Amino acid sequence: MTFELETATHPENLKRIAIEPVSRVEGHGKVTILLDEDHKVHQVRLHIVEFRGFEKFIQGRPYWEVPVMVQRLCGICPVSHHLAASKALDMVVGAKLTPTAEKLRRLMHAGQILQSHALHFFHLSSPDLIFGFGSAVAERNVVGIAAAYPEVAKKGVLLRKFGQEVIRHTAGKRVHGTGSVPGGVNKALTLEERDLLLKDIYQMVVWGREAVQMIRGLFEKNLAEYNAFGRFRSHSMSLVRADGALDLYHGGLRARDADGKLIFDHFNYEHYWEVISEDVKPWSYMKFPFMKSLGPDEGWYRVGPLARVTNCDFIPTPLADREREIFLAYDAGRVSGATLGYHWARMIEMLHAAETIKDLLHDEDILGTDLMARGERAQRGVGVIEAPRGTLIHHYRVNEDDQVVRANLIVSTTHNNQAMNEAIRQVAKQYLDGKKITEGLLNHIEVAIRCFDPCLSCATHALGRMPLEVSLEDAEGKLLDRMVKDEHGVCSE
Amino acid sequence: MKAPVLIFSWGNPSRGDDALGPLFAERLLSLNLPGVECLTDFQLQVEHALDLKGRERVLFVDASFSAPPPFSISSISPDRDASFTTHAMTPQAILHTYCQLEAPPPPPAWLLAIRGECFELGEPISLMAEQNLAAALEWFEGWLMN
Repeated sequence: MTFELETATHPENLKRIAIEPVSRVEGHGKVTILLDEDHKVHQVRLHIVEFRGFEKFIQGRPYWEVPVMVQRLCGICPVSHHLAASKALDMVVGAKLTPTAEKLRRLMHAGQILQSHALHFFHLSSPDLIFGFGSAVAERNVVGIAAAYPEVAKKGVLLRKFGQEVIRHTAGKRVHGTGSVPGGVNKALTLEERDLLLKDIYQMVVWGREAVQMIRGLFEKNLAEYNAFGRFRSHSMSLVRADGALDLYHGGLRARDADGKLIFDHFNYEHYWEVISEDVKPWSYMKFPFMKSLGPDEGWYRVGPLARVTNCDFIPTPLADREREIFLAYDAGRVSGATLGYHWARMIEMLHAAETIKDLLHDEDILGTDLMARGERAQRGVGVIEAPRGTLIHHYRVNEDDQVVRANLIVSTTHNNQAMNEAIRQVAKQYLDGKKITEGLLNHIEVAIRCFDPCLSCATHALGRMPLEVSLEDAEGKLLDRMVKDEHGVCSE
Repeated sequence: MKAPVLIFSWGNPSRGDDALGPLFAERLLSLNLPGVECLTDFQLQVEHALDLKGRERVLFVDASFSAPPPFSISSISPDRDASFTTHAMTPQAILHTYCQLEAPPPPPAWLLAIRGECFELGEPISLMAEQNLAAALEWFEGWLMN
């Protein structure tokens, strides 16, 4: 089966538009749209044009190198890979973590959530939300925000900086940290480091609350549009704690359908393949995960902040929990099903991360020095964590010589593959159908993708390689029209 | 107290010639130069504007796919450009962000773009990039003295 607008019936008669690369997301993606002579949309696809191949890269390496190596998968959430790999390899070394080790990892993870969500909201998405989805490209960026709203930009920078400092003090280094290792952590938090972080955390909590108010205010101003924008019905999946609380570090898998009914709950992720499988499509490198019990056509789902905040029963920090209640009740619950609701949920999580950091810094265990544990050696390990973008699965098989012989990674963006495609198809129908295509209209497609904060590939980059090119071709591939935005944001025909 | 000279490099060490920036910093670190601080990251991001505070001069270092070999050097100024992707935040935009966050002007800054040719995952640095890196390090000695 194909989904509506996934595959056109007669593509040979249609014009093709390609948005490549999708901007302000991590990595390289491409959107193709097929239109007829009247600009009616017949096909919309989000393609992932870079093959990851990272699982192969890991094979043959000693398992203890993996938590450090996998950070090079991504420059945006290296800590999430660092921790998911560590959790998987805890199983391999048979470790049950000491209280200090687990809390230090949780602290590191909260720092990662804080910095990643701050970057995404203040610097990648707020330009769309504040200036408008179709506003001038020259101002629709972080520098535009800094010029028009310097205080907003400054808070975003300082929130992100604080999150990075939490990571630095727990991971040991600013980048390529080595703090988390199979069986625990290799660095204690010193009293000086704890006090340094304590000095600023209260301000971060205040700014976290303000950020939630800011996105709520944007919803209040644009409620009808925000609720309808790229809206679709979907199942959701995330980790939850044993008591149903939001837990971004550890828990069981919970899935709900679009009406909130449980599909599975507290499922042990060590056997994730019993509930999740992956489909392939000939037009994308990225797989399409689905719940096995429902099959590939009905079993796709979304992950990430919106899934987590709606899936859990409560948030175990008071300010974020209060904001969750407001979010779920807002506009009779309609906002919590909106694609743009991702931004609101993301800010609630950022507040939760700030509160979590505060609580952990006040926990006596955080200054402990009992950092490592060991147990009975195993050959297989699965680690799952709620990364900023959603559920992240690392699965390794290690041989008797301590070499990784098999690796499988299902990253958050892969879980959201079908959901992102649904969102852009809805937006294409809502905004592009029958209209002459402009850069502003095409940005609506990108706004929908950015809701998911996708991370499409690894951290490669080089000067002079990041243009946005929109080309309009006929069915034979003949160029009809072309617009190019160079690395400085200058548009030309 | 912060070192007066900041070398800020970026790139992914596991991506072939994308490692040029981090390798440049690594080689300098091994020299233990007084008054020079080397920072490195995967990507240039907004919060790096805060690292410029209190510096007398700054050298940004990155791999480049388009610079003439072995490298190009240019003096850069704050620019309100549209660094619209997460990994295309330019040094000029970082300087501009600095001006928004701190009192302008920012410290004098240069961009050293070292030519690379292969950016594949898991690949080692290419021979040509290694040579370009050596040339850039030799140039750096003169820049530091001046």
